[in-house]
Amino acid sequence: MTVCLQGGADAAWEAAAAVPDPEVPCVTVADLGILRWVRVEDGVAVAGVTPTYSGCPAVLAIELAVEAALRDAGFEARIERVLSPPWTTDWITEEGREKLRVYGIAPPVKSSGSIRSLFGEVTVACPKCGSSDTEKLSEFGSTACKAHYRCRACAEPFDYFKCI
Amino acid sequence: MAVWEALLELADDHLVLGHRISEWCGHAPMLEEDLAMPNMGLDLIGTARTLYDHAGKLEGKGRSEDDLAYLRDEREYRNCLLVERPNEDFALTMLRQFYFAAFMRPYWLAALKSTDETVRGVAGKAEKEMAYHIRHAGEWVIRLGDGTEESAARMRDAVEALHIYVDELFDSSDVAREAEAHGILPVRADLRDAWDRTVAEVFAEAFLDQPKAAYPQRGGREGIHNEALGHLLAEMQVVHRAHPGARW
Repeated sequence: MTVCLQGGADAAWEAAAAVPDPEVPCVTVADLGILRWVRVEDGVAVAGVTPTYSGCPAVLAIELAVEAALRDAGFEARIERVLSPPWTTDWITEEGREKLRVYGIAPPVKSSGSIRSLFGEVTVACPKCGSSDTEKLSEFGSTACKAHYRCRACAEPFDYFKCI
Repeated sequence: MAVWEALLELADDHLVLGHRISEWCGHAPMLEEDLAMPNMGLDLIGTARTLYDHAGKLEGKGRSEDDLAYLRDEREYRNCLLVERPNEDFALTMLRQFYFAAFMRPYWLAALKSTDETVRGVAGKAEKEMAYHIRHAGEWVIRLGDGTEESAARMRDAVEALHIYVDELFDSSDVAREAEAHGILPVRADLRDAWDRTVAEVFAEAFLDQPKAAYPQRGGREGIHNEALGHLLAEMQVVHRAHPGARW
């Protein structure tokens, strides 16, 4: 049974949504689209959280942080790990994409369905100068969800949030 | 009834290969690969965790993912022989990764239609990760195969060494067949064409030839393993077994 207390679900959502991603702290779990929903059932806030990658080491940290934020907002809290449908980078909000770019991380090239060919290359714009004259240095960057690039125009090395 | 055991086979493949590739951490030939291999290992281990958790629940004896990973002996492991092969050489490591991913990508794509919700959830994530592994490992197969005399010779040696472990990927054990009959897991034999196409495409660019089939090795699904798996499990399980129930 879902009981929406006066303002309860909204307040719970707001508390959970404000939690920053532990590895990319410029964006929140809501910006990334990994916070799927928050329900308030009999005064208990239940948050649905989805992993980005199968082995993302931040999954537990994110779940604990969301749970703590809900408790701080005065709720009993529980986390549900949601696998299906799988998260894709298309779920990152427009606001989240802009925050990533300002932070110096190139947001994923839209959309995840368009780069499925085996050796398809994508054009990634430099988050600093906007040039698309960039080159991939490494398929894997500082975290599992990023690749490493360099801008040939302004020489800036940068992370690219991989499209998945 | 046997479905949980079929999931165990799949989970064991992922954990053993994930552990194998993690052995390169700190030893890779360059920094980029030192980052790449543990990251790919994480994908595999993450997939294994969800599968173990699900298998344990279906078994219904209260075994957790840790119990299944750390407290089973070599003969109880059901992984295929390919994934337990020692790293030996960077070329062999990349070819092994490429072979496995070239199998798992079409496997997970087919599993998107599984009758089991958790399998569908795992598949949705893993098929994309496997596409990435195919690309990364496949590029190395091409670079080394079409590289120097030395790199090409090593990649040819890797092809010779791993070839006998390929056929086992397409075999379904009795428990797997039961899961396939229920539409829970894809039929392995059906994936041969997709695997052949992916490998042929990369081998053409790498100037590599597929050897003719000879003496395929089998036995992993019955728990008959090479010596290498025992050493891997000893290292992987020792801390957990030395400190039963430890928490921090």
